[in-house]
Amino acid sequence: MKVTLWGTRGSLATPGPETLQFGGNTSCVSIQGSEDTIIVLDGGTGIRKLGQHLPDSIKQVYILLTHLHMDHVQGLPFFAPLRREGVEVHIWGPASTTMGLRARLLRYLSPPLFPISVREILSDLHFHELPSGTIGIHEFEVTAQLIIHPNPTVGYCIRDQGHAVTYLPDHEPALGAKSFPIGEDWTSGYDLAEGVDLLIHDSQYTSAEYETRVGFGHSCLHHAFRFGQLTQVKEFVPFHHDPTHTDQMLDKMINDAVDELQPSYAVIPGKEGTVIEVGA
Amino acid sequence: MAQKEIEVILARQLAEYLALPIFIVDPNGDLLYYNESAEEILGSRFGETGPISANNLAEIFKTVDTDGTPIKSSKLPLMKAMVSKQPSHGNLWIEGLDGRLRSIAVTAFPIIGQADRFLGAIAIFWEVRK
Repeated sequence: MKVTLWGTRGSLATPGPETLQFGGNTSCVSIQGSEDTIIVLDGGTGIRKLGQHLPDSIKQVYILLTHLHMDHVQGLPFFAPLRREGVEVHIWGPASTTMGLRARLLRYLSPPLFPISVREILSDLHFHELPSGTIGIHEFEVTAQLIIHPNPTVGYCIRDQGHAVTYLPDHEPALGAKSFPIGEDWTSGYDLAEGVDLLIHDSQYTSAEYETRVGFGHSCLHHAFRFGQLTQVKEFVPFHHDPTHTDQMLDKMINDAVDELQPSYAVIPGKEGTVIEVGA
Repeated sequence: MAQKEIEVILARQLAEYLALPIFIVDPNGDLLYYNESAEEILGSRFGETGPISANNLAEIFKTVDTDGTPIKSSKLPLMKAMVSKQPSHGNLWIEGLDGRLRSIAVTAFPIIGQADRFLGAIAIFWEVRK
């Protein structure tokens, strides 16, 4: 699997000279499978650039949304294949207890928040609600499960030819835990991440910041690293960086955490444009 | 061991911080967790007993009605909430692991998660002191 990070910032797009290395676009990752099918994870502002890289001849697009917060859907209307007639676009994402995925997404894809309504989108849109067990998408086997984050949110595990990538961009598994982790069976996201080749995980805060932001739905880097150790992943990408964190701060945060916790897995800083080969 | 459903994990985390005694059971009626406040009434610590199967639960914690007649497990508020998928309330006596008989009131409700998934039930109970 070829994993490309198109947007790694959390909460708000943060362009500027201080974020050139890690990037300012919000969450979007693509995974190209063994038969060249491409899955798109989240539709943050990073999805615009992904759309420019996809060939005009593409006829099917598969988008997996973790949840519908703005930083994960804001780029969708700017994703070129959505505006192309004859392209079949499948979108998976969580419903709420009272409203379906399509209706929830339309709250954003309609005036006054956005000038174009979904009826004017030229591609052939299909919505699929989660959680719904395992999904087969060509060569991929995708598992979606609810995870801890405000409003219904899922994480994904994507498997292809015996290798696995888990994507948990917004995740606060330590919420309410008096010590973290308290055990495999009581840890949000454990089943999705256990033993995977690559884990892309929320690492938004420093430990000090987390103390004042408990319940916001995000992890500090230390909790994320402990989650990676609990789940025994092979490679780890810190992701969903806080908008206030500059390149310099992120380098220091990650280096300090690696020095302190000595993780058993490889740490790949979540920088926009990074390409990771899994199972190569 | 399989990971618990997210709604159940969040329920435990809430229960850990509440002063109200709380039981959380899975769809089979197996006791997954009880909090520190419940430990006082049950006369045992969760850290010592761990999860308890539905069968063992009835043997360990004996329940009687206000006349002293044993209550069938199907008549307990927790089991009624499980079966009916509706809230249920009742008053009863319970004998915990410490052998002491306590008068308690119980309110139980089903855990219905996202996409209408039935995930078990929660019982909140408190000792009735005269």
